[in-house]
Amino acid sequence: MFTTDRVAGGALVLFSLLVIWESRALPLGTWRQPGPAYAPVLLAALLLLFGLCLSVPGRRAPLFSSVGWREWRHVSAILAACIFAVFALERLGYRLTVLLLLVFLLKIVERRGLLPTLAFAATLAYGSFFLFHTILRVPLPQGLLGF
Amino acid sequence: MTETLHNLYLGFSVALSPHILLYAFVGCIVGTLVGVLPGVGPLAGISLLLPATFGLNATSAIVLLAGIYYGAMYGGSTTSILMRIPGEAASVMTCIEGYAMTRNGRGGPALAIAAVGSYVAGTASVVALMLLAPPLASFALRFGPPEYFSLLLLGLLSLAYLSGGSMLKSLAMAALGLLLGMVGIDPMSGFFRFNYGWVELGDGLGVVPVAVGLFGLSEILLTAGQQVAPEVIKPKLGELLPSREEWRSSIWPIGRGTVLGFLIGIIPGSAHIISSFVSYAMERRLAKHPDRFGHGAIEGVAGPESANNSATSGAFVPMLALGVPSGPIPAVMIAAMMVHGISPGPLLISQQPELFWGFIASMYVGNVVLLILNLPLVGLFINVLRVPYPLLYPAILMFCVLGVYAVNGSVVDIGIMTAMGALGYVLRKFDFETAPIVLGLVLAPMLEMSFRQALSMSSGSYDIFINRPIAGVMLIVAFTLLLMGILSSGMKKIDWRRRLGLAESQP
Repeated sequence: MFTTDRVAGGALVLFSLLVIWESRALPLGTWRQPGPAYAPVLLAALLLLFGLCLSVPGRRAPLFSSVGWREWRHVSAILAACIFAVFALERLGYRLTVLLLLVFLLKIVERRGLLPTLAFAATLAYGSFFLFHTILRVPLPQGLLGF
Repeated sequence: MTETLHNLYLGFSVALSPHILLYAFVGCIVGTLVGVLPGVGPLAGISLLLPATFGLNATSAIVLLAGIYYGAMYGGSTTSILMRIPGEAASVMTCIEGYAMTRNGRGGPALAIAAVGSYVAGTASVVALMLLAPPLASFALRFGPPEYFSLLLLGLLSLAYLSGGSMLKSLAMAALGLLLGMVGIDPMSGFFRFNYGWVELGDGLGVVPVAVGLFGLSEILLTAGQQVAPEVIKPKLGELLPSREEWRSSIWPIGRGTVLGFLIGIIPGSAHIISSFVSYAMERRLAKHPDRFGHGAIEGVAGPESANNSATSGAFVPMLALGVPSGPIPAVMIAAMMVHGISPGPLLISQQPELFWGFIASMYVGNVVLLILNLPLVGLFINVLRVPYPLLYPAILMFCVLGVYAVNGSVVDIGIMTAMGALGYVLRKFDFETAPIVLGLVLAPMLEMSFRQALSMSSGSYDIFINRPIAGVMLIVAFTLLLMGILSSGMKKIDWRRRLGLAESQP
């Protein structure tokens, strides 16, 4: 029976095993003289233990299927927008990236009108750039085209 | 005492200078807005505005960030009382009685009592902070690596024990946070760990992208898709004054909340959240007519609101005196201080008296500013919530991207924020708390360093953690907490957290 605790515990176990596997390239050291892999391996072993403790008696937790994922479309769109920002920010510049990001979220995801979307997105993109870059002197990228 | 008064005079001469006053004022306004907005709690708010402080001197920066912190504490109560929306987690208990009072037509007095209670608690706890931090800092000068290791371990275990949900889940999250803190260069040997060729990860995962991802972005992901703007019940200015009976009923809860909040604030953990839960439970237990609770008992507003504000100051004690963050918010504040070249710790008070005492004095000033601001401007602040959420969340997301990028000027940080946002979203769906991850991430380098330094000092003997009295006592307390947590999970009847209803009511 898949419960939330079992799924979460299983994921923690897998992650801890991955950390232990990845730590093999680093010197472990000794009990008296720990090396750089000592703490990660120790912590991963603890996480493994906690993951098992969660999974084994996890019957009483809510069923995995009972977790609602109704907002998954919004979640995917927002995460995609963030990933777009990672790749675009230094290439297109702050203003253009934010403008495109906001237009995507407002026009495509939220289905707002084109003109209000453009007005809102442009105000926020240029306004925040003026406030942070020009007034507060926070360095923000201008991109290849100077935006 | 004379020396304290002299130092306080020095602090006020700093805090009352026009530009510092301006930063305290701006911090309070921004903080109140941050507290009002659902999804942008104090932690995400401070993280996002951290880059805006880079151009300031250290004192101005820390005054601004502290203003945001306690401003958010005040702001959270407004939406809790008027709309049953907790702006941040510490205001959840205020929702119950505050909103019931609003439904009964007493929303104005509830706001007034929350503001006065917060002011009294905020001011009294700053006095306690002022008196307690300097002697604690002197005491901490005796600390070596074994003591720091024990203290940090105690902090992590306290957080796990005091968190509202499952202790096992909190411990797992703390371990996950510590593991994330292992990324980057090992300071003892110079080995790169888990950076996979990414130079940007050499310094490890930043606190700001992780905090903004786990708290800010995950909240946006959880709440995105809601279309309807919430109903707003706005009281008139003339309806704000509480009756004589309401004042009388609030005095003791404010006093108890202040003391309780400060004491809980010193203990590592999500103090401001826990203190409001414990204060509510205490008021319900002490009430002559506990059946009034849930139907608009003003004690249920006065106590928790005082407690969460008092805990805010309490949390600064270990941060300023020991350089040890007692929760994720002080952790980000420490990161902010380090950006400005200041290392918080026992020597801060003697080496940077203007910063320390200026900060203390600015907290007095900030509390007055908030009292003046909050009540007359309550209508203005809640108007922010009339903005439909489909317009609000893209704007918040934009600030997340901006704030995270600006800290290091690195898009890798936006990637980390995105990954942490997705992780936080899934974890919260599965009923895990994310605060221990941030605390673990911050404590990991200090914990590992002090552990290995202590072993180097003792030529590999673990006795050093037991033979030194301060370290030994702290370790005993830490493992007692661990044992109590394990035992109480097994025997649910003796679990004080369940008895107080924390486990069920945690958001």
